[in-house]
Amino acid sequence: MSASSAFNEEKGGSSSVGEPEYGHDPASGGIFSSDYKRHDDLKEMLDSNKDSLKLEAMKRIVAMIARGKNASDLFPAVVKNVACKNIEVKKLVYVYLVRYAEEQQDLALLSISTFQRGLKDPNQLIRASALRVLSSIRVTIIVPIMMLAIKEAASDMSPYVRKTAAHAIPKLYSLDPEQKDQLIEVIEKLLADKTTLVAGSVVMAFEEVCPERIDLIHKNYRKLCNLLIDVEEWGQVVIINMLTRYARTQFLNPNMNDEEEEEKEKKAEAPMAKRKPYVMDPDHRLLLRNTKPLLQSRNAAVVMAVAQLYFHLAPKVEVGVIAKALVRLLRSHSEVQYVVLQNVATMSIKRRGMFEPYLKSFYIRSTDPTQIKVLKLEVLTNLANETNISTILREFQTYIKSMDKDFVAATIQAIGRCATNIGEVRDTCLNGLVQLLSNRDELVVAESVVVIKKLLQMQPEKHSDIIKHMAKLTDNIQVPMARASILWLIGEYCEHVPKIAPDVLRKMAKSFTNEEDIVKLQIINLAAKLYLTNSKQTKLLTQYVLNLAKYDQNYDIRDRARFIRQLIVPTEKSGALSKYAKKLFLALKPAPVLESPFKDRDHFQLGSLSHLLNAKAGGYQELPDWPEAAPDPSVRNVEVKDSVRAVGTVTCRDRESEQSSEEEERKHQRKSDQQKSDSESESDEESDSESSQSESDDSDSEADVKKKKKDPVCNNRKHKCIDSCFNSLVLCLQNISPCSALKSYELLHRIRGEGLSVEYCFSRQPFSPDGNMVAVQMQFTNNATSEAKNLHMEDVKLQSGMRVKEFPEIELLPAGETATAVMGIDFCDSTQAANFQLCTHTRKFFVSIQPPVGELMRPVFLTENEFKKEQGELISVTCRPPTPFLSDSRFNSIRFILFCIAQNLPCGSDKECRFAGRTVTSGSLVLATVATKEGGAAQLTVNCEKMVIGTMLVKDVLLALTQ
Amino acid sequence: MIHSLFLINHSGDIFLEKHWKSVISRSVCDYFFEAKEKAAEPENVAPVLQTPHHYLITIYRGKLFFLSVVQTEAPPLFVIEFLHRVADIFQDYFGECSESVIKDNVVTVYELLEEMLDNGFPLATESNVLKEMIRPPTILRSVVNTLTGTWSNVGDTLPTGQLSNIPWRRAGVKYTNNEAYFDVIEEIDAIVDKSGTTVCAEIQGVIEACVRLTGMPDLTLSFMNPRLLDDVSFHPCVRFKRWESERALSFIPPDGNFTLMNYHVSSQNLVALPVYVKQSISFFDSGPCGRLDITVGPKQTMGKTVEALMVTIHMPKAVLSANLTATQGSYTYDLATKVLVWDIGKLNPQKLPNLKGSLSLQAGAPKPEDNPSLNIDLKIQQMAISGLKVSRLEMFGEKYKPFKGVKYLTKAGKFQVRT
Repeated sequence: MSASSAFNEEKGGSSSVGEPEYGHDPASGGIFSSDYKRHDDLKEMLDSNKDSLKLEAMKRIVAMIARGKNASDLFPAVVKNVACKNIEVKKLVYVYLVRYAEEQQDLALLSISTFQRGLKDPNQLIRASALRVLSSIRVTIIVPIMMLAIKEAASDMSPYVRKTAAHAIPKLYSLDPEQKDQLIEVIEKLLADKTTLVAGSVVMAFEEVCPERIDLIHKNYRKLCNLLIDVEEWGQVVIINMLTRYARTQFLNPNMNDEEEEEKEKKAEAPMAKRKPYVMDPDHRLLLRNTKPLLQSRNAAVVMAVAQLYFHLAPKVEVGVIAKALVRLLRSHSEVQYVVLQNVATMSIKRRGMFEPYLKSFYIRSTDPTQIKVLKLEVLTNLANETNISTILREFQTYIKSMDKDFVAATIQAIGRCATNIGEVRDTCLNGLVQLLSNRDELVVAESVVVIKKLLQMQPEKHSDIIKHMAKLTDNIQVPMARASILWLIGEYCEHVPKIAPDVLRKMAKSFTNEEDIVKLQIINLAAKLYLTNSKQTKLLTQYVLNLAKYDQNYDIRDRARFIRQLIVPTEKSGALSKYAKKLFLALKPAPVLESPFKDRDHFQLGSLSHLLNAKAGGYQELPDWPEAAPDPSVRNVEVKDSVRAVGTVTCRDRESEQSSEEEERKHQRKSDQQKSDSESESDEESDSESSQSESDDSDSEADVKKKKKDPVCNNRKHKCIDSCFNSLVLCLQNISPCSALKSYELLHRIRGEGLSVEYCFSRQPFSPDGNMVAVQMQFTNNATSEAKNLHMEDVKLQSGMRVKEFPEIELLPAGETATAVMGIDFCDSTQAANFQLCTHTRKFFVSIQPPVGELMRPVFLTENEFKKEQGELISVTCRPPTPFLSDSRFNSIRFILFCIAQNLPCGSDKECRFAGRTVTSGSLVLATVATKEGGAAQLTVNCEKMVIGTMLVKDVLLALTQ
Repeated sequence: MIHSLFLINHSGDIFLEKHWKSVISRSVCDYFFEAKEKAAEPENVAPVLQTPHHYLITIYRGKLFFLSVVQTEAPPLFVIEFLHRVADIFQDYFGECSESVIKDNVVTVYELLEEMLDNGFPLATESNVLKEMIRPPTILRSVVNTLTGTWSNVGDTLPTGQLSNIPWRRAGVKYTNNEAYFDVIEEIDAIVDKSGTTVCAEIQGVIEACVRLTGMPDLTLSFMNPRLLDDVSFHPCVRFKRWESERALSFIPPDGNFTLMNYHVSSQNLVALPVYVKQSISFFDSGPCGRLDITVGPKQTMGKTVEALMVTIHMPKAVLSANLTATQGSYTYDLATKVLVWDIGKLNPQKLPNLKGSLSLQAGAPKPEDNPSLNIDLKIQQMAISGLKVSRLEMFGEKYKPFKGVKYLTKAGKFQVRT
């Protein structure tokens, strides 16, 4: 950063003085040799009245910017054109402005008012583009203006403008981090947005501004999961990565029992107290289920994001599904292969079985770039086990003949690793490697020596002939690492080659001064070891070597020589340590473990830059460990009514401009659709249609398309048919939420009531004095000319078991005024009427309230398993509604009816929908399942303890459909 | 996420730069040049490089490097995929993605980059949406522009596609001839070892579509034998649910050319290779020479002719020249890159093509230990080697009758014969 600004300052400085630029910038010399003059004529062109001249000038300026040349001295001339009528000129001016505003802050301010005007434009695209440019201008003075603009745009009726607002948030944050708190508020608001267009962008903003505020996600979690499939590709990646982190903090490790068992096996301890069996949170399941289809995305980044999500979050048995998709990515560009293979290498260490079926996909072609070859080799090595090792080794044999020497070296190391990991093939590998020692390529030989050294350490006794063979190599081989390895081997196992070792030392002593440092150190080591085991033959040689080392240029070698001399050559001064010299030097050394460089890399989130580099990149968010105990899952529950109010208004406004007559008719349906989506737990198909309706005005929703598909001709008629059906449904069954049109029933007509009219409705709020009662909201209107007094109820006549909580007396209702009161009735889960007298100070009226069956229930949430369990225990009532119109809409309409009264539950199939509710009084479960059958018919099944309720519910649904 | 983009040509000149946040000096590319120096081939430059303050993520396409600068954690595939999308868009707009074309259209390129990213996060990457905002150059327009002197490549209408939930299709498409063509292209990836046995072989397929239909058509493409398809990936327009339940592709297509789906044929179906290769390449210790003898013959072609047959061999460095005779086609040996190409053309089953002769080695050089491998290229028209067949294409939502066509083609993908 600092370097870059210095670079600009330097350039900016030179031009502000007015010097010709070409003197400073050699790059510009070639093409624009007379830049100085040209700038003058560009200024002239910009000042002219002709748009074409302005355009020409701007194009040339943008071309200069693109080539990286400085055009900052044109700023005043360009900024004048910011309000130009011509769209293209305007766009190019924006490009220029964004590029140079930072350097010319004062002049840039001249343009701000234009954008502020743009923010108020009736066209959403102009509003969006104004916000985009405004927020891209990096001038600190306008931070308050930007803040205001973002806040306003965040509640704009156009989702596109809201998306732009989400994009602007990180821009403002990077300009002024002090605005964080205010920006978080905006993010919170936008996170609640229901449109797919906004979702990806706002999560991106969340990740950049406040990734630690995981609590903001709770309420939006289910919605994000459900919208995911319709979000654009780039947004999907960001959302999936964020949700991975979220899930790690909120759910339990699905593999915890497995891992515990493993640990037990290892420790073989007494059985610990058994933990309760693991049950996956339905929200955890929802995430896994909704991301899985994205493995089929064409975008490699999306596939990778899902793969890492499964790797980090899914139960062991389910992780396997990602292998196929990852292997598919290996067909893509080599850069994609590179990243994917890195991740596969990490995964294959932990879950080897997953990639075993795809072993052959990792075979190497001579045309692969070296880095790809090496990574494939890594994966092959990780996948090697007793059963496939022979095939893999045969492959390796072909690789050794490759022309690419780096790759051959890597192959030899891979062979070494296979040999250490799989004992059965150790001898075969060793023999193969020894053969390589006679290879003509020195690099190959050297690499083999190094690997053989490691292998020999495992069982040196058996292989003294190999050591002898290698001792001979010292005459020819020049690669320092290999020479050092041979010397170490001979020293370490000098007892196995008692005759050769002193001879090698003799030769080495001769060439000591010409060796590399690493070899010199090993010569000293060899000398010391031989001195300890065979001092008779080597005493003088050792002295000689140590003397040479004493005057070496490298202090490390001098140090080593001094240290070893003290240790092994006994003198009066030498301390107690020299007694132990033999033990120190000839101790049994543990064989090296050859490990993959990718081991334990999975503590970085896979697919991330940090994982690729194996180092924490700036801004990387750690993947948290699973919690011990799951945090409260209810934080993700969403209250329906709030969100309806929030979004309902926005999207409705949005539509008004384009509404056609047909849409007018469907308005009601839409509204209810929105409510549906608000419950956050419907199937994808529905969210498809929801999002399309709220976002797109020019395109048909998917559901509509489907309807059209079946019968495009009488499409319109059907819409009407469905709409009328829906209206009637709403009439007979009532809708849930208070802000959707709650149907009012008439209790007392104003003629019968002599001016007093009373209406009531079921408010669907819990009745606070008594939870078992249904709340009934009554509205009294005095249409008479005189006031009514002492409104109260009397003489309640009820069926057995029913109870009523009377509304508080209304003492005075002046003429023309309205008053409301709430009463509670316990209908005892029946549709029997409650009869009572409504009294005023003068009259008494007999009235009765009868509830529709739907009002006797409250939504309740069940998991899939609970649902199935309960379903088996309850009496079921089934019906197949007749099919006067299309199946899809029928299916949806049934779902809709049920939706009003019960909670829609997540469910695996789109052919089935589940709803659950509880009756208000006794709390008995009412479960409903709607399934589509072959041939377009739908089937409705209601399970309930109380047969009557079940039958009535089915009857009501049927009635509503046939009306 | 993505901070800046530099376009660098083969010889290492930066010819275009674009910054989406504050400006980063082009000296940051020096780290890349350093890595490029070290790597022998441009393909061998690591796609992700770490520098003290930035991360450089690079792709290599069409002899150009697309180098992006990232400052903080960002999924590398995200950036790589985006850069390839940029290259695809250039290809789509200008017909090719090369330095000269980008230089000629520098303003359009700059405008495109401006629209594709906002603050480093992708904004509009669908070619249909972009084309509404920025018109691609056409010959007619460039003629008109030079005549009238006004050259504008910004669309007059505002892009509505960005607002819809099917961003891949623009609204108000109109054609006089409504047509939909689908090309089923399959590629055989295989490794054959020295003795002629198949080490591994698989089939990868792709369905390329060219759809020019008026309005908002809703298409359903179904197969005779969808079971063949083992693994698939789709254009975002394809409805995944329909595929899951009916194994049919249901979609509202983008306008113009696009890749509808990629697939992998399940490995249970044994892949029958269409040709076999008999080869012997040997080098002798005595005298600086080697011998080469290659014959190609048909194996399983199901009665179709193998066309555009070509054999490419990367020779060891020591091979100086080749003195060969081909019974069919012609061969070339590039001395600089050491690549021998034998262009055979149509394969005649009656008279098998053969290439035979001697190779001369550098004097004094030891006999190469490594044998080169052969890369085979071929084409078979009117056949999908897996046997995949499209059964029908239906259209809903529009009333006209479109012209439909399906073409099959089999190609060699990474078909390698080891020696």
